[in-house]
Amino acid sequence: MKAAAFDYVRASSVDEALRALTDAENAKVLAGGQSLVPLLNRRLARPSLLVDINGLDLSSIRRTDGHLVLGALTRHRAAETSALVSRDLPLLTEALRHFGHVAIRNRGTLGGSLAHADPAAELPAVAVALDAELTIRGKHGLRTVSARDFFTGTGQTELEPDELLVEVRFPVLPARTGHAVEELSRRSHDLALVAVFATVTLDEDGVCAQARIAIAGAGPTPIRAIAAEESLRGCVLTPGLIAGAAREAAAATDPADDLHAPAGYRRDMAAVLARRAITRANGSAR
Amino acid sequence: MKVTLTVNGRQVTADCEPRRSLADFLRQDLGFTGVHLGCEHGVCGACTITLDGATARACCLLAVQAEGAEITTVEGMATDGELHPLQQSFRDHHGLQCGFCTPGMLATAAELLRETPSPTEAEIRERISGNLCRCTGYQFIVDSIADAAKKLNPRDAP
Ligand SMILES: Cc1cc2nc3c(=O)[nH]c(=O)nc-3n(C[C@H](O)[C@H](O)[C@@H](O)COP(=O)(O)OP(=O)(O)OC[C@H]3O[C@@H](n4cnc5c(N)ncnc54)[C@H](O)[C@@H]3O)c2cc1C
Ligand code: FES
Ligand code: FES
Repeated sequence: MKAAAFDYVRASSVDEALRALTDAENAKVLAGGQSLVPLLNRRLARPSLLVDINGLDLSSIRRTDGHLVLGALTRHRAAETSALVSRDLPLLTEALRHFGHVAIRNRGTLGGSLAHADPAAELPAVAVALDAELTIRGKHGLRTVSARDFFTGTGQTELEPDELLVEVRFPVLPARTGHAVEELSRRSHDLALVAVFATVTLDEDGVCAQARIAIAGAGPTPIRAIAAEESLRGCVLTPGLIAGAAREAAAATDPADDLHAPAGYRRDMAAVLARRAITRANGSAR
Repeated sequence: MKVTLTVNGRQVTADCEPRRSLADFLRQDLGFTGVHLGCEHGVCGACTITLDGATARACCLLAVQAEGAEITTVEGMATDGELHPLQQSFRDHHGLQCGFCTPGMLATAAELLRETPSPTEAEIRERISGNLCRCTGYQFIVDSIADAAKKLNPRDAP
């Protein structure tokens, strides 16, 4: 199919983009287009105006006071191949290897993926797992929203229609942190049926100081498995403990039946993948 | 809107509506019919081209976004009537039957060989998994790419 007609402006500054979004009745931001253009082609989205932000200076990757800050226009491929990201946020690097095919990663952006808020997508879950903070610009200035509050439902976020996501701040992971991504999808690089993102931080004695577990594809938003994390804190992780935490993580999911899998299957797979992810994260935390 | 871009080394300017996809613009307005359209939502890879040095799905881009870009389509792969080594390998190893997926496969394989001159079979399979072929069963495509890699990099061949 072909897209319905719309107007198009190429913004040359954040202010200009915000003005265009505010003035128009039904405007949409265009970043990499890897989710939006297919929706336009199928007429599932019919905006009156597209505000192209590709000309804005929002693609830097920089390290500041314990955070790695990625601009909203950072292409997935640039993040995936960044030495800074693989040193400070290896969970993100590993997650990106599951994400789309190279041609999609070449164009798609970090901000577009977060704003699109697909519950089966990798990056929203990574942002939730790593306690990222999202910086949003609107006509009244800047505001910051934690990733855990940002996702409000399937395709729904805290973003207002006239706001721009400008950058994502990830706290850098402490030393002795291991990580793992375990994903089940129907075709390599497709959206997840279920995916689990885990980190485990050990203290000098090999005791779990902190675990982080987030699950994609098992509810309307990415799910942070807090009770499972708590059950691991302060313990030396054994297979039995990990299996218990994995069941706890699966209990925190809220999957729905759909075309691809019944809810029970997703919940069972969440437990299997969580066990593998925690085991591998623990094993690599040296 | 007017769009000016460089396709296969030649600068072209043409008029188009903002809603025109880059794939339709290249294929229908500019006549580069090697740009094939299958799904029009990014899944099949038939429309894959090279844009500013990296592969992109031409169906998931608007033509107006390509202002000032440098694009290579399959029509730009051969030089002076000589097939690109990848094209020659596809021919030698029966890497194509109907040829519908071939332009996208070639763009994808060319990017792989630029980044990884001597890929393993697993790396080849992984890279082309985003391009759907209904005809060849993939084995011949894998053989074609492996052979082209050897010809392009005779020294580091495994
Ligand atoms: C074949 C295929 C496979 C895919 N596989 C995966 C996969 O495995 N995992 C996955 O997670 N995704 C996948 N995707 C989806 C897509 O790649 C992602 O959603 C993402 O890359 C979109 O980013 P974008 O920059 O292209 O956003 P766009 O398509 O440009 O925009 C997406 C949405 O976000 C809004 N938006 C974009 N940027 C901003 C901003 N800075 N501020 C406010 N709003 C903004 C837009 O208005 C739009 O509503 C796939 C897509 C295709 C076509
Ligand atoms: S037509 Fe572009 S990916 Fe299928
Ligand atoms: S050769 Fe026919 S689709 Fe691949």
